[in-house]
Amino acid sequence: MLFHRELADSLNVCSGCEHHMAITPRKRFEALFDGGIFTEVDVPEVVADPLGFKDQKKYPDRMKAAQKKTGERDAMLVAEGDIGRTPIVAAAQDFSFMGGSMGMYVGNAIVAGAQRAVAMNKPFVLFSAAGGARMQEGILSLMQMPRTTVAVEMLREANLPYIVVLTHPTTGGVTASYAMLGDVQIAEPNALIGFAGARVIEQTIREKLPEGFQRSEYLLDHGMLDRVTHRKDLREELITITRMLMGQTPAIKGDLPAPIAEEALDTTRSEETSA
Amino acid sequence: MNHYLEFEKPLAEIEGKAEELRALARSNEEMDVEEEAAALDKKAADLLVDLYKDLTPWRKCQVARHPDRPHCKDYIEALFTEYTPLAGDRNFADDHAVMGGLARLGDVPVMVIGHEKGNDTKSRISRNFGMARPEGYRKAIRLMEMADKFGLPIITLVDTPGAYPGRGAEERGQSEAIARSTEKCLQVKVPLISVIIGEGGSGGAVAFATGNRILMLEHSVYSVISPEGCASILWKDAEKMREAAEALRLTAQDLRKLGVADGIISEPVGGAQRDRHAVIEAVGDALRAAVSELKDLDKSDLVKDRRQKYLDLGSKGLAA
Repeated sequence: MLFHRELADSLNVCSGCEHHMAITPRKRFEALFDGGIFTEVDVPEVVADPLGFKDQKKYPDRMKAAQKKTGERDAMLVAEGDIGRTPIVAAAQDFSFMGGSMGMYVGNAIVAGAQRAVAMNKPFVLFSAAGGARMQEGILSLMQMPRTTVAVEMLREANLPYIVVLTHPTTGGVTASYAMLGDVQIAEPNALIGFAGARVIEQTIREKLPEGFQRSEYLLDHGMLDRVTHRKDLREELITITRMLMGQTPAIKGDLPAPIAEEALDTTRSEETSA
Repeated sequence: MNHYLEFEKPLAEIEGKAEELRALARSNEEMDVEEEAAALDKKAADLLVDLYKDLTPWRKCQVARHPDRPHCKDYIEALFTEYTPLAGDRNFADDHAVMGGLARLGDVPVMVIGHEKGNDTKSRISRNFGMARPEGYRKAIRLMEMADKFGLPIITLVDTPGAYPGRGAEERGQSEAIARSTEKCLQVKVPLISVIIGEGGSGGAVAFATGNRILMLEHSVYSVISPEGCASILWKDAEKMREAAEALRLTAQDLRKLGVADGIISEPVGGAQRDRHAVIEAVGDALRAAVSELKDLDKSDLVKDRRQKYLDLGSKGLAA
């Protein structure tokens, strides 16, 4: 038996089988940032329903339902704060919001996150989770592939680390753009990661796909990832990596008090930058 | 014409009748059918204009996929001189779904890269129906880097149903290859001009079509997903492709309104497949104009111009 409290404590990872269940961006950030404290980065509004798209449901109705279900504006949350006293900007995609699909809002979120990272000279950490592009925004969703790639270019030019954590599932146009362009590519265990869907591939090649196909460990074996890391170890790993890439001193291990006193925190920051 | 599209059936009947009449007259010298046949010709010509005047998005998809449309290879052979194909990704293989190499457009040396679908069963199979694998995108990246190094404008001709969905393609990093190819398009300090000559199929097209100028043929399409794919996901019925094609706004005309396409190249009446020579010339004119328009831009302005084009695609919509 698995209790809610226990599950929340283990970041939605089953204590019995180590299965990594979905976690919302907000919950993830609460666990990621020091003392659970983070500031949201503003994401510019987008044109709602840019194509007037209607399938069996109207796109605005689907949006309203998703917003009601998740309490979020769209499928990505961007925030800044400290992890192990290391300042970062982070973005996390929300699979529970229309399959995490990438439309103009997600594009805006990534561009805003990258711009904020560049302005504040902070690394950018992105947690991906999406079925792909949002069909209801047609070509404009597809155009977020080059658009988010421009955001990655901004980070590259500023010599700032861009670290991607691929979570279950990350597929389609999302994998084929910003989610595969990280300086360091990390995946959570057993996440589905790929371009084409397994069903489409099986129909095309008319053969059964091997066990574990398109899963994190399979991609690691094929040289497509740097690391597969358990969710409970991610925070420490991100601290270690970003601090090295930013030329900062090793993180102080152990429990730190929550950053309550703003002034004290600022002092630490300036010491770190001058170090 | 020997390949009629489904919506061209009435046209096929009239043209067939005219042909029959003339065949009859050839075998029987006494018969004079010219007047009658000419009337049918006129009727057919009027019908053709009528059919193509206001093509529905789904019909546009059919025209864009027409097997007799000129393909990448036809454009390269007709428009460029000294075409020197360059092969391979230096890593795994040479992908025949992607062709590319050095060539001259007029006097200007350029790098030309495109998807090739093939034009008969044998070539379609060897070209994998224009569906590239990672090595195809990696070959393109290599050629773009070379063009960048030697200051050659890059011309890409886009015509693909999409990137190939296969086991090996996934294992060799299809997503990464597409992402890197798009990234390379954004990085090069030379003009990059793309023409969607037929089908712009999703990420497989973006990987080549992230440029300073995106031109589309009048009846070409460019979409996040095929209408059939979209229908089967959102309508749970692949037969709803007409509705999906409508909803997706994938025509050159809609893309021009949305700011994705920078220009539309007119096709002959009845589509590119009815006058290959004319459409190839029109593409040549458009390419020469675009190259000369961009040739004096600074290296950094070219990169900036390209980036801005895509950064702007976050705030526009159609006034539906």
